[in-house]
Amino acid sequence: MSVSPPPFSSTSDLTPDATKPRWGTRWLGPLVLLGPAGLWLLLLLVLPTLVIFQLSLVPNIRPGDIVNPSGIDNYLLVFNPTNFRVIVRSLGLAVGTTLLCLGLGFPVAYWIAVLAPKRWRNLLLLGFILPLWTSSLLRTYAWITILRPTGVLNSILSTIGLPTLEILNRTPAVLVGMSYSFLPYMVLILYSSLEKLDRALLEASADLGATPPQTFWKITVPQALPGIAAGSLLVFITSLGDFIDPELLGGASSMTVARLIYNQFLGQTQNWGFGSALSVVLIFAVSLSIALLLKYGDSSATQR
Amino acid sequence: MLQAATHNSDLPTLDSDFDVELRKVFKVFNGETAVRGVEFNIRRGEFFSILGPSGCGKTTTLRLVAGFETPSAGEVLIRGKSMTHVPPHRRPANTVFQNYALFDHMTVWNNIAFGLRIKRLGRSEVQQRVDEVLQLVKMETFANRYPKQLSGGQRQRVALARALVNRPAVLLLDEPLGALDLKLRKQMQVELSNLHQNLGLTFVMVTHDQEEALSLSDRIAVMKDGKIEQVGTPNEIYERPRTPFVADFIGDTNLFEGHLESTDGSSLLVRTHSGLKIVVSRTPEWSDRTHQTIVSVRPEKIHLHCAPPETSHNTFEGRLKHAMYLGTHVHCVVELVSGEMLTVRQATHLETLPEDGSPLYLSWSPSDCIALAARST
Repeated sequence: MSVSPPPFSSTSDLTPDATKPRWGTRWLGPLVLLGPAGLWLLLLLVLPTLVIFQLSLVPNIRPGDIVNPSGIDNYLLVFNPTNFRVIVRSLGLAVGTTLLCLGLGFPVAYWIAVLAPKRWRNLLLLGFILPLWTSSLLRTYAWITILRPTGVLNSILSTIGLPTLEILNRTPAVLVGMSYSFLPYMVLILYSSLEKLDRALLEASADLGATPPQTFWKITVPQALPGIAAGSLLVFITSLGDFIDPELLGGASSMTVARLIYNQFLGQTQNWGFGSALSVVLIFAVSLSIALLLKYGDSSATQR
Repeated sequence: MLQAATHNSDLPTLDSDFDVELRKVFKVFNGETAVRGVEFNIRRGEFFSILGPSGCGKTTTLRLVAGFETPSAGEVLIRGKSMTHVPPHRRPANTVFQNYALFDHMTVWNNIAFGLRIKRLGRSEVQQRVDEVLQLVKMETFANRYPKQLSGGQRQRVALARALVNRPAVLLLDEPLGALDLKLRKQMQVELSNLHQNLGLTFVMVTHDQEEALSLSDRIAVMKDGKIEQVGTPNEIYERPRTPFVADFIGDTNLFEGHLESTDGSSLLVRTHSGLKIVVSRTPEWSDRTHQTIVSVRPEKIHLHCAPPETSHNTFEGRLKHAMYLGTHVHCVVELVSGEMLTVRQATHLETLPEDGSPLYLSWSPSDCIALAARST
């Protein structure tokens, strides 16, 4: 927001300062535009994060204790073998979910964006996003119905004479549930990336002698790389922090960071300091991956 | 299958003279016919242009040669071999795309090497051929840049290099200079022409710019509504158009609609709807069955006089509506007594022109106008 000087001004107003917008007007615009959301973020995101960071430095704190920062004991606890194994398992689950979503989502997004008739595209996308409109809790319960020992999946398997599967309360069930939850996000992001793909590039590749598979790996995938990175990161982060799917589908065997944190605050083990330290580590890991993406994304953007 | 097509060909000896042949090619998109029975043969080493207004099917025709479209009917041959069932990646033709279609995730060097690497040529050969072609288009110093870091003209050169490095039988150019500004376009026209002469390669160019087509091509195919109107050298197309459309589309012209009044061995007498009698020299293409006709006179073939001239044919009286000074010539609009508006181009070194509104006399020689069948078939 800049204020132009009045059309007729006396000579005394023609000092350099008089033509510059005043301090108040210069900051009023940004303040009005960013103020409400900024305040919201400050009160509900920045301050709580700082509180969590402070709590993470207090060992063995329980509700009602006096907060008195005194060291990094909680962080040492995070990296003790038992808890570290939980972190590694969570990372593994998140990576697995990401790969599953990418593997399942790319062909779908490619088909909708490149191959399907144009007038169907919005409808097809809508069909894919539709599951997002139902409650995630409901969707997860639906998976329990499907995957439980006497559930839909096993009755189909036994009807056609195949051995039944015991996957509920195990890692595969968590992977299935999380992939199902996050696949629409992956498809949406990949779609928006592939939709921008210039068909002339594919024709140019064919023109230069590349077979369709060569064109796919040498042109389509590199062109969609920003979308692949963004979609993968989103799915990775959300599945790393997912609580409902591991809780309801994973059973006791697949403890994840999210559940571990939950237990420190609301579960039986109640250790706010340890829970905060776990949260800080999780926030750090997520921030790091976002930073990596931004850096990678930036360098690829300047090269283009 | 390819072998069979070659042997089945009716003119096996002629095949070797032509790099591209289209035989009654049709292309239908969702019930709309974009190309209707296009036929032409392009000789080896020829610079052949397909010229027409937008939507005339010229780009589709080029895409049929490149293989991005398959003909709904008819046949496309390259070097005498039927290409109908050959996908683009196995055709001996390379394309310079309208917006260049450079791979923006690769450097200039990798863009150019793409085709050679696909063919799995050896490292040293790829290096040598890419360097060679970079030199050819004067882009040696830009090898490690990315396409986004280049200007329009530089991208154009990279696109050319990327196609030429594969040493195709035919180079296809889809409006190659369309995205460049006028000055750069003129410069690239000269370079394209030099490249064509030095390489001796068959060039097939699609353009809507008649001047570009006239100045670069050995032969031009003028297209309209999916059909070929005329194929000929630039001179033939300009001086001896076969249809009113060609006369009107290539260069400026004045058209008079009328009918044939009488004819003798060497000339035709045409009476226009407004009552003018125009004497036209008979051309070999003239068919005596034609009755309704359109006479075309180029603006630069018309002479202006302040007093009635002594010539007996094609002298008409009119008034100068306005004159525009254009440096090398003066562009005049003259309204005839019979009502027609004519454009006339006069060299500026002639005597000063009368003022707007003053009476004038126009004349042209019967051999400087041409009578065309009113309805082209």
